[in-house]
Parts: sequence; C-alpha cells; structure tokens
Amino acid sequence: MASFLDITKLSIAFPKSPLPVLRDVDLKIERGEYVAVIGHSGCGKSTLLNVVAGLLPATAGGVLLEGREISGPGPDRAVVFQNHSLLPWLTCYENVALAVDQTLAKTMNKAQRHDWVLENLALVHMTAAKDKRPNEISGGMKQRIGIARALAMRPKVLLLDEPFGALDALTRAHLQDQVMEIHARLKTTVIMITHDVDEAVLLSDRIVMLTNGPNATVGEILTVELERPRDRLKLAAHPRFVAARTAVLEFLHSRHANPALQAA
Amino acid sequence: MNAVSTKPAAAPAVVSRPALAALPKPSRIVPVIAQVVPPLIVLALLGLGWEYLASGPNATLPPPSKVWVDAHDLIVDPFFDHGGLDKGLFWHLLASLQRVALGFTLSAVAGVGLGMLIGSSPFFMRGLDPIFQVLRTVPPLAWLPLSLAAFREAQPSAIFVIFITAIWPIIINTAVGVLNVPQDYRNVAAVIRLRGPMFFWKIVLPAAAPYIFTGLKIGIGLSWLAIIAAEMLIGGVGIGFFIWDAWNSSNLSDIIVALVYVGLVGFMLDKVVALAGRIATRGTQAS
Ligand SMILES: Nc1ncnc2c1ncn2[C@@H]1O[C@H](COP(=O)(O)OP(=O)(O)OP(=O)(O)O)[C@@H](O)[C@H]1O
Ligand SMILES: [Mg+2]
Repeated sequence: MASFLDITKLSIAFPKSPLPVLRDVDLKIERGEYVAVIGHSGCGKSTLLNVVAGLLPATAGGVLLEGREISGPGPDRAVVFQNHSLLPWLTCYENVALAVDQTLAKTMNKAQRHDWVLENLALVHMTAAKDKRPNEISGGMKQRIGIARALAMRPKVLLLDEPFGALDALTRAHLQDQVMEIHARLKTTVIMITHDVDEAVLLSDRIVMLTNGPNATVGEILTVELERPRDRLKLAAHPRFVAARTAVLEFLHSRHANPALQAA
Repeated sequence: MNAVSTKPAAAPAVVSRPALAALPKPSRIVPVIAQVVPPLIVLALLGLGWEYLASGPNATLPPPSKVWVDAHDLIVDPFFDHGGLDKGLFWHLLASLQRVALGFTLSAVAGVGLGMLIGSSPFFMRGLDPIFQVLRTVPPLAWLPLSLAAFREAQPSAIFVIFITAIWPIIINTAVGVLNVPQDYRNVAAVIRLRGPMFFWKIVLPAAAPYIFTGLKIGIGLSWLAIIAAEMLIGGVGIGFFIWDAWNSSNLSDIIVALVYVGLVGFMLDKVVALAGRIATRGTQAS
C-alpha cells in the first residue's frame, strides 16, 4: 500500500552547480507521523523541505502526497519558515487571517473564519498579543504566530524548518512542549528540520539522518520507541532516550562528521 | 556602626515594599528648545551679515530692512486680491500648488503602475528600462516647448511638465522596491496561493512601500523645482510668474519675499510626503 507521503528517488540540483545537493532520497511517511530530519548545516535539509512544500521543483524523482504528485506550493503543506516570515505590516491576527481568508473562504463564512483565527491564536497562547505587529513581539512569539498561521490552514502536512533554531533554550523547551501537545491533539503529520539532537529525539517518531552534501542522501532512519505523551524531565535519563540520542550523535559526529570542521 | 559602607543595608523585610516611585518624566520642552534655538541664532547672524553687506553704496541687492519696507504689504497680507495678477502671495502659491497637486498625482499613479509592471516583468524591465534611463536625464524645461505644441494651452502644458519631471524617480524606485520584495514573503504568498491582483495588493505594494515613498519624495521635490521654472515661461497666476513679473518691474524686494515662500512651501511639501510615507509604511521595516 502506498504511504501518505512518498518521496521517491528524489534528486535536486541547482543550476550553475555541477553536483546535485540531494541525490536519490527515499522516504515514506505515514499519516500522523512526526518525522525529524537532521544533518549538518548546508547538507540540503531546507532544500528537501522546499521541494515537499512545492517551492522548488525536483530535478529527478518526485513526491507523492496521498498518491498525487506535488507540482506546486499549496496550503495542504503549510510551512513554518526558518526565519518566521511574518508580514511585518500586518498584525498577528491579520497575518493568520490572511492565510485563513485565502485558504478557507470556500468552507467557512466570515464569522467562522474570525473564530477560527482566534482559536488558532489561542492554541499557541497568543491571544493577548493578537493586535501587535511582528516587530513588537519577541522571537519566540513570532515563531508561535508562524505555527498558528500554518496550523490555521488545516494542512495535511506541517513542514517546520528549524522552527526553534533562533530561540534561547528555555523558550525553545516551552515551544517544543506546545508543539507536542498540538500534535497529540490534532494528529497532524509533521516533518521537522532541526539541528538539535535532543529536540529530534524528544519530539519525533522517526529521525531521518542525512549524509553530508553534495550528493546528500538518507544515511539512516532511527525509530524512537518512546510512548507519548513524553515528559522531558522523565525522559532525560530514560535508557531508550539516551540510546536514541547516542545513536544520532554517533551518526553525526563520528560517521558523518561536519565537513567544514574536518577541513579546518 | 559603619556609616560609610557602600553596601546597601539589609532591606527592612517586614516593611511592605512601597509602591515604585514614578520615574521623573522626561522634559518635553528642553529638546524643542535645543532644536529651535540654533537655527534662530544662525538666521539672525545671517540677517545681520546680509544687512551689512547690502548696505554699502555699491550694493546691488536690497538689505533686509529695505525688503521689509518695500514689500511690507506683500509680507503682512498674503490674502489680498485686487483682480488680475495683482494678488497676495497666498493666491499665487495656491495656483502653483494646484498645478503641482494635479501633475504630481497623475505621475504618482502612472509612476507606481509602470514601476510595478517593470519590477515584476523581466520583459518590460529589459524593454523599458533603457528608454527610461535616457528620458529621465532630459531637463524638465526641455519638455515645455513640445508640451505647448501638443496641448496648445498653458495650463495643461505646465501640468504635463510636472508629470514628466516627477515620474522617473517614482517609476525607478517602485521597480526597485518590487524587485526587492523578499523571497520569504513570496514563499508565504505561494503557500497560501495568493496570486494576481491580490498578490500585488497584499504583498508587493506594502513590501515595496518604503521604496515607493522614497520615489514620491524625490518626485515632489522635482515637481516644485519644475513648476517655478515652467510658470516663469507660461505666465498667468502662479508663484513662478510672480517672480518673473517682479524681475521685469525691478522689484527685487518682492522677489526675495517670494523666494522665502517658495523655500518654505517646498520644505513643507517634502515633510508632508515624508509624513504620509511614515504613516503608510508603519511596521513595514522588518524587525
Ligand atoms: N538557490 C540556491 N542556488 C544554489 N545553491 C543553493 C541554493 N539554495 C541552497 N543552495 C545550496 O544547497 C545546499 C543546501 O542548502 P540548504 O539551505 O538546503 O541547507 P540546510 O541543510 O538547510 O542548511 P542549514 O542547516 O544551515 O539551514 C547548500 O550547499 C547551498 O549552498
Ligand atoms: Mg536550512
């Protein structure tokens, strides 16, 4: 049986560069799964995500979502961008509302859309700041609005590109908990790119480890056998958590060490 | 007892904490004084210098004291209207401003439209940019004869000169603004499938707004420069012709008063567009 999201023999080359960034990436993701993609900086994680989002064309191979080929961007694959990408001239409410009005106008009337925007702001605990503009709120709050905007589109797949990368450890932990809670509640399929091994192990069902680029591909896939809901404090010393963490660290730092550091 | 200790004494924990003392309000007057006083002093010194230089027997220009006496009526009452061209400066300025308002509005609408077209279409960019780059270097007054020939009337010709003077910086800045819409915003629009006119209205226009207003600000300044020169040639009510008329009747004091007004109005126009820009683009600067 075909998977929910099916990436087959995907290769991506940019014009002007001789070697493809990604080569022959194969990945199958089931509905409701939380998958983390981890790899060294520059290996092509964002590129992979952008192809799934439809923002970049595949050079060879392709991506199927529910059996249909992805040919362009769309609200069924909502993206939370690496740098939040909120529109600075709109308030938080308006940022979410723009996406909702644009994508759900056929299924909801005006009042329902308004309620739906507020519901999503409440989901990320941002109701109080709804009338502020992005430059008046903190980095963590911006990222939460970005998540609310993405969730409000009712996506089939939520694509997170290092959503917490630019945040301090405390804010990051807080948002990770919120995302876990949302995932548990909505059962959305999530692909999350991250640099952070603990984050990958804590949040995901499977961790996809990419080898170094160019010609990066899936090096290994680790299934995280930890039951949900997960509690970061209890897990810290859990043998399976530690084992998963060690496996990923070992992949990243001994078998596929950072090429930039090796050259130095 | 060591009274000299710099360590704060242990806070009397039993006493409930007093309400925080209000911070002293920053004075609003002092910065204003600091802004206003230096120009006033410099202005007074320049006036004195001018008075001194223009008071000699060989002076060709009138000193401020003479300007005051000669042009007293003009200065104290800008609103008189004795019919014909014998009007207060207010009416002349108003006539000039009306021409600028019309010409500039037309060039703002056309300039932003064309700039959007050029900025979003490589074909039009390649096709039109070289033409614009040449045309924009043509001095405003060089358009006047052609414009008079085409329109056969003074009023539309003057407005056309303003239009053609102001439009180039507006087009070019708008196009640059459109080209500089960040890829991030384009990606957001692509994901929510915002396309066509809605994409322009919701994404491109606000993202390019700071550039557009830079173009408008340059454009209004050029319009004001152009109208004074154009009016000198076409005649009728207007501050440009007023200056020309005063020159023909050797009324140097009137010219000086008019120049002060021209400068003040030009300054004000610049500030008005800048203010409109600040209001329209508030929040546009990404954090
Ligand atoms: N538009 C582009 N044109 C040419 N090369 C590109 C382009 N975008 C990315 N690349 C190259 O593709 C490679 C992968 O980039 P990508 O942004 O996917 O890396 P990443 O894994 O997301 O890195 P990071 O963790 O630092 O975000 C890099 O070597 C980069 O130089
Ligand atoms: Mg990246």
